[in-house]
Amino acid sequence: MSLSKIKFDKKIVLSFWIILIALIIAAPTILPVFRLNLLGRYLSLSIVALGVDLIWGYTGLLSLGQGIFFALGGYCAAMYLQITSSSEFPNNIPEFFALYGVEKLPFFWEPFRSPVFTFFAIWIIPALVAGLIGFLVFRNRIKGVYFSILTQASLLVFFNFFNGQQKLINGTNGLKTDVTQLFGQMVGSESMQRMFFWITAILVIAAWFFAKWVVKGRFGNILIGIRDDEPRVRFTGYNPVIFKTIIFSIAGGLAGISGALYTVQSGIVSPQFMTVPFSIEMVIWVAVGGRGTLLGAILGAVFINYAKSLVSEALPASWMFIQGGLFILVVTALPEGVLGWIQGDGPRNILQRFGLKRKIETYPSLEVNNKEGGNE
Amino acid sequence: MNKKDLLNLIDITVSFEGFLALNKLNLNLKKGELRAVIGPNGAGKTTFLDVITGKVKPTKGEVIFKGKSLVGRKEYKIARLGVGRKFQSPRIFENLTVKENLEISVTTPKSPLNLIKKSIKDEQLNEIERLMKIVNLVQKVDSKAGSLSHGQKQWLEIAMLVGQKPDLMLVDEPVAGLTDEETDLTADLLKSLSGQNTVVVIDHDMEFIRRLDSNVSVLNQGTVLCEGTMETIQKDKKVIDVYLGRPED
Repeated sequence: MSLSKIKFDKKIVLSFWIILIALIIAAPTILPVFRLNLLGRYLSLSIVALGVDLIWGYTGLLSLGQGIFFALGGYCAAMYLQITSSSEFPNNIPEFFALYGVEKLPFFWEPFRSPVFTFFAIWIIPALVAGLIGFLVFRNRIKGVYFSILTQASLLVFFNFFNGQQKLINGTNGLKTDVTQLFGQMVGSESMQRMFFWITAILVIAAWFFAKWVVKGRFGNILIGIRDDEPRVRFTGYNPVIFKTIIFSIAGGLAGISGALYTVQSGIVSPQFMTVPFSIEMVIWVAVGGRGTLLGAILGAVFINYAKSLVSEALPASWMFIQGGLFILVVTALPEGVLGWIQGDGPRNILQRFGLKRKIETYPSLEVNNKEGGNE
Repeated sequence: MNKKDLLNLIDITVSFEGFLALNKLNLNLKKGELRAVIGPNGAGKTTFLDVITGKVKPTKGEVIFKGKSLVGRKEYKIARLGVGRKFQSPRIFENLTVKENLEISVTTPKSPLNLIKKSIKDEQLNEIERLMKIVNLVQKVDSKAGSLSHGQKQWLEIAMLVGQKPDLMLVDEPVAGLTDEETDLTADLLKSLSGQNTVVVIDHDMEFIRRLDSNVSVLNQGTVLCEGTMETIQKDKKVIDVYLGRPED
């Protein structure tokens, strides 16, 4: 798999960033509220996709259970919002408790009264859960397809647990956030949603830089080494269990942030975040965008989801076929994803086919080979 | 057991569901020694390396390295104690460049925290330079290891092994698929490494083994059949029977 990068001119990079920042600032005035809200939600999904790219694209761990961590982040945010907006309800606890005759707040809700605790819980709790699951799985050298199955099984366990606990977290109905208050404003209000959009955009960029920093240099090279030949890494003196646990935990933390942002912008968190198809979709975004490219994960998440909403509006019920087709196309024709294809030789091959670009006359490394052909 | 010994294998038995891959194998290595290990297919050569490096746990017996038992230790811990291994087919990281491959091998300590917090040390960069010169890969420093020729991959892996600075180097068929010229260079390289390092070379290529000019252990059916210089073992009747073959064959 080609990981070669196109080197861009500094001016191009600078103008790209200026345009991007201008677009982010202007987006709330250009886009109608409905579209802006969708864009914000899809941007937040790109953070979980970045995590998937770190663990799958770089480290070779295909997790089908990222929904667990995504939902945990969402629940943390929703619990805080519910509890701080519950003063007018009976017993000063969130409204839904009354439906099940619960009068006392379950103990694990208590810390979520604190905004500071919640701020950290959103990413630390998913990261810890991921770290724990990861450590147990990796220590026992479970990998490949067995790892995927195990993560999916864990997802189902979490789904069933959250789905069944009405008295603790409102079970299948989930926790609504749009009618709650934050800093004296309704979370679902237009001004709040605009704010969340900006926060999301900033966090996507921050998460992107963070992910780039993680895979840069020797740490990232070890991840690639684990993906390509784990025993070799072990015999070189590295403990792959630690590296895999760390990266899985990082991906979990990113999923938590993503889930929290998605929750406040869609107005509800529910066990639906932990359904099997949703976690598989996360993998599809990365596969289509381009594994091991980071940017591909962001673009894949945003564009596929935007396409999903546009297609679903125009031709209801046809999206599943398009998504399936897209996945088959990528697996068969573009195994490195769209961005991987662009960064590789894809565009040049197409141009050559139409005679628009001359073929490279010699294989690029031939010159170098000749110099040491004699093996002095 | 001698105090000068770096490695002692004592009565090692490895049983794979009743099949004895190694059967009461005894082998001692002195510090700085170069030792060749030969034997027919299925003699247990690779299992012998697997036992030392911790990939396979012996059913019975003891592995003593620098006075410590290696049995039951994890592979990466054994590697950190100073046992390096080169695999039969070149096992390098094809998606990384030559330099990145070497960085992975020379980096110490090999903890995630060290890798993420600190940049590589100058002396390690110098070591990488030195290694690339030894194996003629200076021009390839930023090429993907996957684009190297087979011989260059073998050499890169040997360089990675040396970069790990192991006390004991286990080299499994380093000249498989190499040209005669490359084979000679590899033999010289391995000879130059012994002295400071203890090197075990496993191979089939008799010309290559002869060129190493070292003590040879012959394995057969999981046990050491004979040990000695090339001349001695070539005259040994048992060895001729099982391995070298009688002239009329």
